[in-house]
Amino acid sequence: MAQIVIKNLRKEFGAFTAVQGSSFTIEDGEFFMLLGPSGCGKTTTLRMIAGLELPTSGEVYIGGEEVGQKRASQRNIAFVFQMFALYPHMNVRRNIAYPLVSQGMRRADVARKVAEVARILGIEDILHRPVGGLSGGDRQRVALGRAIVRDPACFLMDEPLGALDAEFRERMAEELRALHDRMGTTTVYVTHDQLEAMQMGDKIVVMNHGVVEQFGRPQELYDWPATTFVADFLGSPPMNLLRFSGSVAPDATEVRVNGATIGMPALREGAGGELVLGVRPEHVHLNDASAYRGCVLAAEYLGTSQIATFDTAHGHVRVRLPASTRVAVGSVTGLDLDARTLSLFRAADGRALVSEGNEGVLCHG
Amino acid sequence: MSGYSISEPSARQKWIAGALVVGYAILTVLPLIWIIATGFKTPNDAIAYPPKVIFHPTLEGYVNLFTSRARATPDMLEKLGPPTTWYDTIVRQYDMIITGPSRYGQRFLNSVIIGFGSTFLSVFLGTIAAYAFSRFKVPLKDDLMFFILSTRMMPPIAVAIPIFLMYRALGLNDTQLGMILLYTAVNLSLSVWLLKGFIDEIPVEYEEAALIDGYTRFQAFWKVVLPQAATGIASTSIFCLIFAWNEYAFATLLTSGTAQTAPPFIPTIIGVAGKDWPAVAAGATLFLIPVMVFTILLRKHLLRGITFGAVRK
Ligand SMILES: Nc1ncnc2c1ncn2[C@@H]1O[C@H](COP(=O)(O)OP(=O)(O)OP(=O)(O)O)[C@@H](O)[C@H]1O
Ligand SMILES: [Mg+2]
Repeated sequence: MAQIVIKNLRKEFGAFTAVQGSSFTIEDGEFFMLLGPSGCGKTTTLRMIAGLELPTSGEVYIGGEEVGQKRASQRNIAFVFQMFALYPHMNVRRNIAYPLVSQGMRRADVARKVAEVARILGIEDILHRPVGGLSGGDRQRVALGRAIVRDPACFLMDEPLGALDAEFRERMAEELRALHDRMGTTTVYVTHDQLEAMQMGDKIVVMNHGVVEQFGRPQELYDWPATTFVADFLGSPPMNLLRFSGSVAPDATEVRVNGATIGMPALREGAGGELVLGVRPEHVHLNDASAYRGCVLAAEYLGTSQIATFDTAHGHVRVRLPASTRVAVGSVTGLDLDARTLSLFRAADGRALVSEGNEGVLCHG
Repeated sequence: MSGYSISEPSARQKWIAGALVVGYAILTVLPLIWIIATGFKTPNDAIAYPPKVIFHPTLEGYVNLFTSRARATPDMLEKLGPPTTWYDTIVRQYDMIITGPSRYGQRFLNSVIIGFGSTFLSVFLGTIAAYAFSRFKVPLKDDLMFFILSTRMMPPIAVAIPIFLMYRALGLNDTQLGMILLYTAVNLSLSVWLLKGFIDEIPVEYEEAALIDGYTRFQAFWKVVLPQAATGIASTSIFCLIFAWNEYAFATLLTSGTAQTAPPFIPTIIGVAGKDWPAVAAGATLFLIPVMVFTILLRKHLLRGITFGAVRK
């Protein structure tokens, strides 16, 4: 049980900076997702929390104690590796018992703990098996068993489902989440899959090129992205980003985009030059009276809904429509953007302008 | 389409393949069988022409191998009375008596000490070096690895004279320690390279898992890396032992007395008359045994696959 605080954490590998001054807080008991594209420094960050990698600068607090320069064994954490790292020369029972044996726990206690963990994970009947012949899911469970058997302060998992087949991932994801809810141990989970992050996480931190773009609850990030990167990374299809030149005054409640006036949450700051208007596909509606117009390029049927792609003055805009709406490819219609949901970004640095909508989200981290 | 046929070979193909393999096997083990057989011949049978395939086996060669003998005058033999042991009986046929044990046992022991000693040292040092090269940031790593390999780019005997002079100056000539150090040095490049390959293949996550589980770096190395490198260590040991065990040139040059190994000693058994081939063959036969036993003992570690499937890449 522990809160984890990351302060200005930085890691350089020679001339290359893998993590540049990250700061975020993981509350006690949270299921926390480290999300970002490949190579953005997720693993490096997690390894610094674990103590497998020492930070170039910055601090890591686990349960209030600064552990940034401490060895992994002194941090009371458990790490689940992407490829599980089960010891191949031992059977399942010994693999799970290994961390306890190293602490010098009494034999009877070890046996009792292993049995208890095996029961929680439902792997009692494979305890005697060598790990070599296990299925991916069972290996995953054994790896989890080895992690939970010590009652660590937190679990650190690096893409633990990455090695599993697609059909199995979903089931293991549910098992993992259920396990977390039962045990309530702080968990930091690395993934590059935004869907997985949003489904499983209590909170998400989105990283890009070693920089923390935003952190918060999945819905906050989805609704009010702090940067164009987050807007584009979360959601499928992602947020529509309409680039235009113009200026907005502080406390403006609308923007003029190529002649069309579009309402938006009251701004708290002004900006000028290249701007980007962000709107989720589900927040665009068809309205023939609207001045903002687009030509239907394609419609992709998804069962309960469909994604229509419109060609507009600002490039392609994707719109989520009910499956029953008829859209004819080639026809031109007006588009309404839902005023309460829009975000405005500066194109130069990609940062969102603070508005009535996102001020609560952007100003806490 | 795959590039090979998956159909069962026909009976005829199997028969031909089998015959080829058996033929080749006979060809390679024939010299070995010949040596073993010669060890049980009499000196005359051993040099008979045409060679004798059927012969009356005798332990004469082995008795000669292990004893020093002297020719005795008839009255001396009479004084001694009839032979008391079976080996006495063999020796008396030639009017000889046993004057003491030969030096073969002691030379054999030298071989054992030097062979196994240098094998242990080269594998021990090789494992540590290979682990460091594999896991840590070593400055000029690639250059060092190349340098280590380059020590084997010429035949070791090419540096025989500097080594001879060096050893004489250091007093290492004709010492077991000198030979152990020499063979270790020669084998080390092979063992570092072989073992680095094996250790590179062990995912570093195992050690990291052990580090998190509360083991020190050394314990992680000892309890996690070593068991998984067992295959590599076993095969490297066998290569090192075979080299050190059979090495002839340096042994001839650097040892003559107390530290002499068996390879330079065995040819000297033949004696001034140059007739005692059975004793030479017996010495060679016994000399084969330790390497064979060692290889058989380590055989089960040579089977790969213990680690197979524990990791998904
Ligand atoms: N030991 C190292 N030495 C040098 N560079 C490294 C080292 N470890 C990681 N890097 C670099 O740091 C960057 C971030 O790596 P990291 O493994 O943290 O990315 P990641 O977000 O986990 O990506 P992935 O999704 O591919 O696992 C990468 O560009 C990587 O090449
Ligand atoms: Mg990674």
